[in-house]
Amino acid sequence: MTQQVVISVDNVSKIFRLPHERHGSIKSLFVNMFRRKRTYEKQKALKNISFDVKQGEFFGIVGRNGSGKSTLMKLLAGIYVPSKGVIRINGKLTPFIELGVGFNPELTGRENVFLNGALLGFNRKEMEAMYDDIVSFAEIEKFMDQKLKNYSSGMQVRLAFSIAIRAKSDIFLIDEVLAVGDLAFQEKCYKVFEEIKASGKTIVFISHDGSAIERFCDRVAIIDKSELIAIGKPRDMVLKYGAIVAEDQQEAGNKEVKNKVTHHGNGSVSISKVTLRNFKGETKSSIVEGEPFTIFAEYSLKSSLKDKVIVGLDIIDEHGISILGPNTNELKKIITLLSDGNIEARFNSNPLASGKYSVTFGVFNHNASFAYDLTENAMRFKVLGERRHGKIYIEPEWTITQNT
Amino acid sequence: MKHIFSKQNKALLSELVRTDFKLRYQGSVLGYAWSLLRPLLMFVILYVVFVKFLKIGTDIPNYPIYLLLGIVLWSFFTEMTSQSLGAIVGRGDLIRKIRIPRWLIIVSTSISALISLTLNLVVVLALAIISGMDFLVTSVGLPLVLLEIYLLALGVSLILSALYVKYRDVSYVWEVCLQAGFYLTPILYPLSKVTDVNIQKLLLLNPMAQSIQDARNMFVTRQTITNATVFNSQFTRLIPIAIVLVILVAGVLYFKKESKNFAENL
Repeated sequence: MTQQVVISVDNVSKIFRLPHERHGSIKSLFVNMFRRKRTYEKQKALKNISFDVKQGEFFGIVGRNGSGKSTLMKLLAGIYVPSKGVIRINGKLTPFIELGVGFNPELTGRENVFLNGALLGFNRKEMEAMYDDIVSFAEIEKFMDQKLKNYSSGMQVRLAFSIAIRAKSDIFLIDEVLAVGDLAFQEKCYKVFEEIKASGKTIVFISHDGSAIERFCDRVAIIDKSELIAIGKPRDMVLKYGAIVAEDQQEAGNKEVKNKVTHHGNGSVSISKVTLRNFKGETKSSIVEGEPFTIFAEYSLKSSLKDKVIVGLDIIDEHGISILGPNTNELKKIITLLSDGNIEARFNSNPLASGKYSVTFGVFNHNASFAYDLTENAMRFKVLGERRHGKIYIEPEWTITQNT
Repeated sequence: MKHIFSKQNKALLSELVRTDFKLRYQGSVLGYAWSLLRPLLMFVILYVVFVKFLKIGTDIPNYPIYLLLGIVLWSFFTEMTSQSLGAIVGRGDLIRKIRIPRWLIIVSTSISALISLTLNLVVVLALAIISGMDFLVTSVGLPLVLLEIYLLALGVSLILSALYVKYRDVSYVWEVCLQAGFYLTPILYPLSKVTDVNIQKLLLLNPMAQSIQDARNMFVTRQTITNATVFNSQFTRLIPIAIVLVILVAGVLYFKKESKNFAENL
């Protein structure tokens, strides 16, 4: 069966011309103006990209931040024009690449639904017909007459997603929409993806998260440093992508940049010492698979913080992928830091597979919009063991029933 | 043409205008009433200063209406061009993230300005009736003059909004131009105060001056000095009209060329 090609990207490059803002003197500014010569720095965001996407495919694009994948998405959506090459689109494409574009915080939820619908090409009558479905899918019936600025970010995303999936497109462009929203809603989103896919529509999905890519995509392209590295089966591509990321990190590691403890944040809190302790409370550099452990951090304050703080940590594997990322925002309790002290995070069960890990430790303000201290590579440790499969290990309850 | 007036574009246009209107008077107690109050208050000030204090225009019948009509038309031009100027940059969030026809943004701004114009004209009409002015038959020609002003403002808006994406100096330059234009156009003063006929001729080559004077001639009084009377020819009126068309075509072409790169230049 030969499927119709719906997106054809043919030798596309995109070059941004970034003007040099700074002029040495007023004189040079005028001289440059009259010569009509502005100095530019050329930045190649994409180099000679070619690929095809066929009707009904779930096509994934992975790449790191700054690799050029968002630029590619904007080119596909028709927001940017390629500097070189041609993009042919066969069918109706969603015109947006991000959720909630055009949301106005000063308007009510209801008004925003109509505005957003209009951006997708629906008039008021059509939107009125869909309105109840949209609101009930987003699960925010009660809030529709409140201004959007009073919504939580999760509510905004839910509303945006509910509108976006109404788009009558043949080709959907989705750029990491699932980064926000709670788990239950994420599952709902995944279901919608599956429905869209089942209805024979084409989806281009951009992410830097391997697991989502592996779960949905039929074919995956890797973009790195503005170039198309490979296209192939999701499993192979995710492994390859992991290898590229790991290789780079190793390189960086060799230069001893990555392994350095780096502090970000405004310095109101400073995390001085982060250690790993085993279940007996002894400081260790490695633990065995399944062994409970505690991450112990000492901190000092510039002055007491009366506002709520969020403490969080990330356990990152050697590929740079966050395996566990708990934070205190998920607790119901409000935490304040009034004097110097220490923070303990005890893991009574240890699901980590064997390998090398690093810990990032942070203390943030009440809504995590900025960090008091965010310490990357605060500590490194190893988990020893034999498990080969999976990044985490949870023992299921096995039941085997045999017909006799 | 079918594409331009497609269902999608119409839906988007109506939502953009609606949003604009909703947000404009948000947080004010009187709300939409300001749309009518503003021109009325403005008129009271001008009437007191120019008609009562300075006693200008005593030789022109219905001078208050004459004055107000000129001001209303000029404010339409000012409002539309200065709001369009920042419209593309102001809607940067949309342009960077969604594919919509860029010109829709300018057209939606122009519709908002047209709505204010309509409200202002209602005020003019009401005052004309109250003051017992005799309506001229030629008033039916007014829409043509309004169209000319609209097309001029549209052409200028397209050029300014596209230029502003690249050069933020444009807003200051345009502010000065509008100030200069306000005094070079016989809005506050009757053209008869300019005694040199050659200067009168020169001033009436400006499309804004020509159209405002024509509008007054059609609606308020036959005694208005217009392009036709000063040149004593019906054809010289084609010069300002040609200027409007040139600006409009240049605006459309320049905007079309630049709009491709709005997303990355913003």
